[in-house]
Amino acid sequence: MTYTFDFGAVLDRAPELLWGSLGTLGLALAGMLLALVIGILGVVARTSKSEITRTPVIVFVEVVRNTPFLVQIFFIYFALPLMGIRLNPTVTAIIALGINGGAYAIEIIRGGVESVSRGQIEAGFALGLHKADVFRLIVLKPALRAIYPSLTSQFIMLTLTTSVCTSIAAYELTSAAQRIESDTFRSFEVYFTVTAIYLVISTLMMGLFALISRQYFNYPTR
Amino acid sequence: MGPIGENEFFFLMQGLKWTVLLAIVGFIGGGIFGILIALLRTSKKKVARTVTAGYIGVFQGTPLLMQLFVVYYGVALLGIEVNAWIAVAIAFTLHASAFLGEIWRGSIEAVPKGQTEAANALGLHYVSRMKDVILPQALKISMPATIGFLVQLIKGTSLAAIVGFIELTRAGQIISNQTYRPLLVFGIVGAIYFSICWPLAHAGSGLEKRMAKAAR
Repeated sequence: MTYTFDFGAVLDRAPELLWGSLGTLGLALAGMLLALVIGILGVVARTSKSEITRTPVIVFVEVVRNTPFLVQIFFIYFALPLMGIRLNPTVTAIIALGINGGAYAIEIIRGGVESVSRGQIEAGFALGLHKADVFRLIVLKPALRAIYPSLTSQFIMLTLTTSVCTSIAAYELTSAAQRIESDTFRSFEVYFTVTAIYLVISTLMMGLFALISRQYFNYPTR
Repeated sequence: MGPIGENEFFFLMQGLKWTVLLAIVGFIGGGIFGILIALLRTSKKKVARTVTAGYIGVFQGTPLLMQLFVVYYGVALLGIEVNAWIAVAIAFTLHASAFLGEIWRGSIEAVPKGQTEAANALGLHYVSRMKDVILPQALKISMPATIGFLVQLIKGTSLAAIVGFIELTRAGQIISNQTYRPLLVFGIVGAIYFSICWPLAHAGSGLEKRMAKAAR
């Protein structure tokens, strides 16, 4: 093996990597928020009594969950201009991430809503709780607690998925890496460093989510 | 705009062939190493548990696309002449071994402890206890999650397109650039993925429901 590693060439571009990381965090955060909105609206439509609102949501969830994100982002990237909508790649990426994450969020949130038992709600009313309190304390909080682990791990997966957004040249860490690679030809060093940065990002997010969970959902259940 | 004719369709099918092959190789290779990871992860030796936990953590905490890039360029650095296909296959095998290892760790731990105790009481040694008692039951428990991961893996092979490997998605990109019909082409490509993934996902969730009912 005659290759000599040169991480210096990569570290010289540290500011770009930092901005790229912030771009990744921004994409992830915006994508999560959009996914949450789509998830909640989707569940409202999915659990309604009318089949006209239920069926499209079921089809949406199945199509999104059974096709690759890369194909979805290409499709959206080319479809939006045909609909007369011109957006920059980063906004397009957020829409694609939101749609992808939203489909998973619908399934997760639906599970949480269904996990709240009827008897608990009736017990709440019997204790003389106000309707708003019943919703907040008996429906919302336990449901949030039930979906929290799967929703947050889905969010971490969404954060890792943002790297695919480089394919439409959105502003994030992987596209920064590809720029540095084409300037320095230090392919292995660049991707090794960036992989480590992703690991730091996802580990920090996991820690943050665990901290939030300990703060808000730390109460005995029986 | 160009038409989508027989040639274009044939090109897509060529891409599909590589997508399927890549998924199969990744799944089988990942399965073999995954069992090893799962056994080490549940072993009595702390070192083995810590190392495999780290291995799983790295693969679950980084994007698949980065894993592809690192392995792709890493293999080249080792000085071995390998083509893109082998490099990508290695990357998917490593990726799958970490995820399957974690799924199967969970299933091994989900087998009731009494089974291990009974095997011990019968005087079975480690290999026989695992092979004849624990793993068959763990395999059954893991089926829904394993199928779920297979679907993820099939979708994941599309990322090989970004490394330049011509599988279904990359074939679609090429056709789209030639014909200027991106919506039609990616619609077809998406439909092909769907027709493979949906039946699998459906079978997986059906199995899960049946097992949940049986457990009650």
